[in-house]
Amino acid sequence: MDNLSRKNELLGEFYPTMDRFNNKTKVWIGFLVLIILIGLYALYVQISKGHEATGMRNNVVWGVYIVNFIFFVTISYSGAFISGVLHFYETPWKNALSRILEIITVLSLIIGPVFILLCIGRLDRLHYLFVYPRIQSPITWDIIAIMTDLIGCFVYLYITFIPDLALLRDYSQENDKIPNWRKRAYKFFAIGYKDTKEQRNLLDKTKRIMSAMIIALAIVAYTVLAWIFSLTLQPGWNSTIFAPYFIIAGLYSGVGLIIICMYIVRRFYKLERFINERHFIGAGVVLIIFGILFGYFTFSQYFPMWFSSKINDIDLLNKLFSLYFWQFVGANYIGVFVPVLILFFKRLRTINFITFGGVVAVLALWLNRYFIVVPTLETPYIPIQDTRQAYLFYYATWVEWALTFAGFATFCLLFTLILKFVPAIHISDIIDFERKENKAVGSTNLKENNLENA
Amino acid sequence: MDNKDSRRNFLKNSLLFGLGGGAISLISSCQDTKDPDNKGQLVKVLTTDGKVVEVPASSISAHEHITPAESRKGIPGRNFVMVIDLAKCKNARKCVEACQKAHDLEINEEHMKVQLLRDSEDGPLYWLPKPCFHCNQPPCVTVCPTGATFKRDDNIVLIDNQRCIGCKFCVSSCPYSSRSFNWKHKQVFDRSDVEYSPETSVPRAEGTVMKCDFCPDMVREGKLPHCVTGCPMGVIYYGDKNEDIVTNGEESLQFSKVIRERSGYRYLEYLGTKPNVYYLPPVNRQFPVERGFDIDKEILERYKNIPEVKDFLDNGNS
Repeated sequence: MDNLSRKNELLGEFYPTMDRFNNKTKVWIGFLVLIILIGLYALYVQISKGHEATGMRNNVVWGVYIVNFIFFVTISYSGAFISGVLHFYETPWKNALSRILEIITVLSLIIGPVFILLCIGRLDRLHYLFVYPRIQSPITWDIIAIMTDLIGCFVYLYITFIPDLALLRDYSQENDKIPNWRKRAYKFFAIGYKDTKEQRNLLDKTKRIMSAMIIALAIVAYTVLAWIFSLTLQPGWNSTIFAPYFIIAGLYSGVGLIIICMYIVRRFYKLERFINERHFIGAGVVLIIFGILFGYFTFSQYFPMWFSSKINDIDLLNKLFSLYFWQFVGANYIGVFVPVLILFFKRLRTINFITFGGVVAVLALWLNRYFIVVPTLETPYIPIQDTRQAYLFYYATWVEWALTFAGFATFCLLFTLILKFVPAIHISDIIDFERKENKAVGSTNLKENNLENA
Repeated sequence: MDNKDSRRNFLKNSLLFGLGGGAISLISSCQDTKDPDNKGQLVKVLTTDGKVVEVPASSISAHEHITPAESRKGIPGRNFVMVIDLAKCKNARKCVEACQKAHDLEINEEHMKVQLLRDSEDGPLYWLPKPCFHCNQPPCVTVCPTGATFKRDDNIVLIDNQRCIGCKFCVSSCPYSSRSFNWKHKQVFDRSDVEYSPETSVPRAEGTVMKCDFCPDMVREGKLPHCVTGCPMGVIYYGDKNEDIVTNGEESLQFSKVIRERSGYRYLEYLGTKPNVYYLPPVNRQFPVERGFDIDKEILERYKNIPEVKDFLDNGNS
């Protein structure tokens, strides 16, 4: 009586992509594991030799670890933010994207804080944060914000998983080829969801409340993260616009990453019919908006520093525009103009070009963070007078790079593995949507007659 | 001449007595609470307010250990302050060396740094000995997530390296670059002959932050900090704002008067951190700034961005 056949049809289409571990996937996973192992060796080196193994020294006490931390955490917040917005306004094309968004959100929120742990001198005393907490410290605010956000995102992600897990449970029960551990796992995680009208209403309501809360949490967490820098006295950090600047910059890089993930998922899971050009253009429009805003905020951050010409600000700008000229221009000019221009011309609004724009945005934003953190620390109020090169300028060592790449590899690995357990698309949402519209969504290839029976 | 000397001696003695007396009264009060029935031999000592009191001889230990918990309180009634007379500094680096020796620091690890600065284009070049400023609005203390660094009633900002988690937020928030980090383990960290106290900052610990501690351990013994006694020129004066007196061991000055009459100032006053280290401007100098170039070439190279030093280094080579 329910649209059972439609469900089975969709699952029949999706399940093989989840179950299949072909050679390509095996090589990919092997490659990621290798990078992670190199990272673990680097971690061993760092722990046994001390933080001297990194490029950080007394002036630049924070390096690429903090850059990665900000990068991942802001990506996560933007994933949560956008996913929350899509759900809250019940955007019709959210179904194709929301699973990807939710996975990005949770994974980067797990990986981001690991980088701050790498930066801490005494990991053995980490519990002191709770034994001797000082609520005055912005770090304490950040810990509270991140933990709350992490829990919130986990709950949210799980809630959105439930209907699909229930579908998979039903599907796997009938299918003998599916291994037993999967059957049991689906049954356990579906927590008895039967898709009755009552359950569906309850879940919808919870999802809406959670999506609104996630938006608020993301804004709070972004702000506190920005305050770690802007509440100090350091030139370049002590800025009143840092909190909104971090929100915009985070959303920009977040949208970029979402586009990249959409592209990869679409290619490797053969989801061309579900994720189509319309989604890319939609995401591209969001990218252009945040790109323009990011450019505007960057300009508003640096222009007054240059115009008012306080000596320490000028020292910082001189460093940015001499020593780091190309990187700085790459981050804040190319990183804005290339994606914006691509989307400005209608002819360039193709999937490949939009994805290229997304890649540029993500790389630029990583660099942008680097040039927020490092040059300020290299340009303190009292000039550094030292003969040791490492104390004058920061250069990340192989240990830091190995761990950085290991972080990205972990992200990709977990992303791949999660998509082996749940489909890349919200199947239940597609069915809900079809039920509401009473017609098939997306490509014309989809059969429409199934729903008429319902 | 006689008159002046006796006045100087009086000031010096009163200050040392004062500092020592304060320390003793604190120690005796600690001891009393621990062991109220202590009926050891009593000795007479002079307190800050001129009273003669009797305390058990056992409590007047030169090496009284102050635990991390005790070190949070501060020495009662004290308001420590430092005055550095830039007119007298010739970069002898004896303050740096004395400090390094006392705190087990290596050649490149400095709680006290000597900077060569020029404040404006046509302004004078001068040497600036830079300890921790022990600010009254310390940014490092505000940002510390565990309270490992703390501000005491006696103005001193200390670090408890047994509580520090090494997040380095304090290092990046200090506008004076006063703090440094122990990047790797060193043999001196394993010293077992001394018990750790935030007041001595010894032994250090890997993965924690360190800085100038204003030597409250020396004050408790009635002595002056290592940098003050180490300086052959008497550049650094240390004392108590409540008593309105600072001394370099040879000469004592009235704090408020010297600041007023010689235009004492605090470094980067506009940041609002309210430091407790004051500088007397480098006017009527006793030495030309070049006298400070007579140091190890390796150390002089730190300042090679400054034209005078560059010239000096180039001419020295040819």
